Amino acid sequence: MVPALTRRPGADGHFTDAERAFVDAATARIIPTDDTGAGAREAGVTQFIESQLAGDFGDAARWYMQGPFKDGTDEQGYQLPLTPAQLYSAAIRAVDQHCRDFFGGRVFADLDAEEQDEVLRGLEAGEPELGDVDSRSFFKMLRANTVEGFLSDPMYGGNQGFVGWRLIGFPGPRYDYTRFIGRHGEPFPLPPVGILGRDGFI
Amino acid sequence: MPTKLPPVDVLLVGFGWTAAILGEELAQAGLEVLALERGQFRDTVPDFAMPQIQDELRYAVRHEMFQEPARQTITFRNNHAQTALPMRRLGSFNPGTGVGGAGVHWNGQHWRFLPNDFRQRSHVEERYGADFIPEGMTIQDWGVTYEELEPHFDRFEYLCGTSGVAGNLNGEITAQGNPFEGPRSRDYPNPPLERSLGTLLFDKAAREAGFHPFPAPASNTSRPYRNPLGVQMGKCTYCGYCEWFGCANYSKSTPQTTILPVLLNRSNFSLRTNCNVTRIKLDRSGKRATGAIYVDSSGEEHEQPADLVILSAYATHNVHLLLLSGIGEVYDPKTRSGTLGRNYAYQMVSGVDVFVEENLNPFMGAGALGQAIDDFNGDNFDHGPHGFIGGAYVALWTTGGRPILQHQLPQGTPEWGSAWKQAMAENYLRSASLSVHGSVMSYNDAHLDLDPTYRDAYGDPLMRLTFDFHDNERRMSRFVTARAEEIARAMRPRSYTVNQRQGPYSIVPYQTTHNTGGAVMGDDPSTSVVNRYLQHWDVPNLFVMGACVFPQNAGYNPTGTVGALTYWAAEAIKTRYLKNPGPLVDA
Ligand SMILES: Cc1cc2nc3c(=O)[nH]c(=O)nc-3n(C[C@H](O)[C@H](O)[C@H](O)COP(=O)(O)OP(=O)(O)OC[C@H]3O[C@@H](n4cnc5c(N)ncnc54)[C@H](O)[C@@H]3O)c2cc1C
Ligand code: SF4
Repeated sequence: MVPALTRRPGADGHFTDAERAFVDAATARIIPTDDTGAGAREAGVTQFIESQLAGDFGDAARWYMQGPFKDGTDEQGYQLPLTPAQLYSAAIRAVDQHCRDFFGGRVFADLDAEEQDEVLRGLEAGEPELGDVDSRSFFKMLRANTVEGFLSDPMYGGNQGFVGWRLIGFPGPRYDYTRFIGRHGEPFPLPPVGILGRDGFI
Repeated sequence: MPTKLPPVDVLLVGFGWTAAILGEELAQAGLEVLALERGQFRDTVPDFAMPQIQDELRYAVRHEMFQEPARQTITFRNNHAQTALPMRRLGSFNPGTGVGGAGVHWNGQHWRFLPNDFRQRSHVEERYGADFIPEGMTIQDWGVTYEELEPHFDRFEYLCGTSGVAGNLNGEITAQGNPFEGPRSRDYPNPPLERSLGTLLFDKAAREAGFHPFPAPASNTSRPYRNPLGVQMGKCTYCGYCEWFGCANYSKSTPQTTILPVLLNRSNFSLRTNCNVTRIKLDRSGKRATGAIYVDSSGEEHEQPADLVILSAYATHNVHLLLLSGIGEVYDPKTRSGTLGRNYAYQMVSGVDVFVEENLNPFMGAGALGQAIDDFNGDNFDHGPHGFIGGAYVALWTTGGRPILQHQLPQGTPEWGSAWKQAMAENYLRSASLSVHGSVMSYNDAHLDLDPTYRDAYGDPLMRLTFDFHDNERRMSRFVTARAEEIARAMRPRSYTVNQRQGPYSIVPYQTTHNTGGAVMGDDPSTSVVNRYLQHWDVPNLFVMGACVFPQNAGYNPTGTVGALTYWAAEAIKTRYLKNPGPLVDA
């Protein structure tokens, strides 16, 4: 085990333009830029997700992916035969098709914010049926990856400028709180730091 | 044909907590000991070094230190009417892999089970009558008592440098500790960790509610400590990256920080990593283990002969290896015959999230920095009016504030959008969680066997888990969660959310890596796999370590008791078995 960056060369070429536009639009609704400040877009969440999907996570490298694949109960968890990368590309294709059918030929990225929220709420509730792709599973994964991109170390491509950590008040990974642990209730005085240092982004 | 290697005296299968303890005990006694570990070698430097180890995405979210389901997993169903399906990605529990096992990435919440827990059936029958035990519940006594284990609990705590304060010193109840604990022969080796604001708020509120809070025992060292093996540990810096990570600071008690510096230097001890054991071999009589078969990283099979074989591969893997090797009669839930795989149990967890006014700085913490009450654990209260068996501790742990997975949001907060973001900004620093960590009794329909369909990377059947929670546990959990709610209210928070345990047991959300049973210990070979010394009833030169020997699970994290049982077995091996290899108890 040696330190590894999962941000791999070539990661930026993982998505098609249509996929990138979808992810960019959807994550910007999941964590919007608003009164509380920067959102998924400023954090670089699309870039984060793209590089995650280009790596081991996207390949389901650690998951058990042997068949037979059967539908199970909710308690039995994820049973789709798709890796995360496959799930994203199949789901995005299906959602964009659904949008074209219902919103006068426009894909998801071209809808206005309200319409986008409506589609996302539908996916969250398991609608519409997207053929082989389970819309609830996709939404769950997209939502989880968006939060990861907003709140993980900036070296993975998201949380740029520590926007996620600044929002909530997390000062980043630190080695030694011995001098602070007894100072109950006081705000922690130092600005965020990342694994690669203060700029936190390479 | 596997290549046959030169024999050793003792073969340890797996090299985590229990194997490290036994390895040191038996190598110290002069035996030639070999450990086979499926994962990689790893140590504080370089593998747990700062700052790369403090990476929530890599270790906690993507599970880099844990077992890869791609290589091996289990299948799961709630009941016999369902078809078990593979746990395709980790969820409910995170078995370890690599040197140190789950001992590397545990929290260090270091408990002793209660004296009555070891006499579960007898105690309930004596106090409440045999009718108190519901139909289908298969609880039993352990065959070993708290008094017998006390010196071994003590040894394990002194090995670890556990930080805490005694509640019961040789029968005297003290002011600051847990008044409900079993008598201990001396105090903890180190004083409690420093308190976080959250734990102080909990302490005050629990007292107001009429309970008896105390600093939870922590195998995170509150000051520099040299253990009886001469291994030096450093003072915990409250970095908040304990569980799911390795400790960079030599402060969390792990095999690496307490035993390995001594053991790995012994010339009569050797370790082979990247070696996955697939079978325990028996001779023709079926009454003697001759060694183990393993596959190395190049995919080659080897046979390793040994005089004494010890399963120390974690609770679930120990049972899996017994099943794959055909050792013992597999439990059949229809006929209730057989013992192997019987009495699987787990942990019943629920909680109350509190949203307070104060800034709690949740990111400063340690894996076992907590304040707890034990008033409603085990049989510390009269169960008569309640009609259930078992209990739970309630604790507020300040283990860290890793932002992706360790945040609480008030009830009704949407999962995304501006309202989610707003709630994150308002609550991350000002919330905490009270956890209700409860027992699970054993039942005749909860068990482990081999799956008929799915196979692991070695071509062997996966183990199949059939498990659900029962009414007894749900009632226990509701009752203790309501007590936690009383504490939450007394904290006078802005708001709180009660997270009752609802619906069937699910393999999806992380709960605890406290799997128990399947190869249980006892006095009667018709209801146990190993005797009171953890020696296999049918194969006396095979011993089985780990929580798989628990006949049912108590309301505590298991490792304090697992460690004590390991020392207890080591002593029996050293002082009795080696002199006269054979059954230590007549069947
Ligand atoms: C995230 C987490 C937090 C925890 N926190 C706590 C806590 O706070 N308090 C507590 O009491 N307990 C806790 N635990 C549980 C604790 O880690 C275990 O009880 C303890 O490590 C069990 O020791 P063991 O020797 O049985 O297994 P392990 O320490 O896991 O060691 C087993 C070893 O065997 C190896 N192995 C498995 N199969 C094979 C095979 N076929 N061939 C070769 N090698 C094999 C594994 O790779 C592993 O290294 C926690 C566990 C986890 C995962
Ligand atoms: S909190 Fe303490 S024991 Fe835990 S990893 Fe950090 S320094 Fe080590």
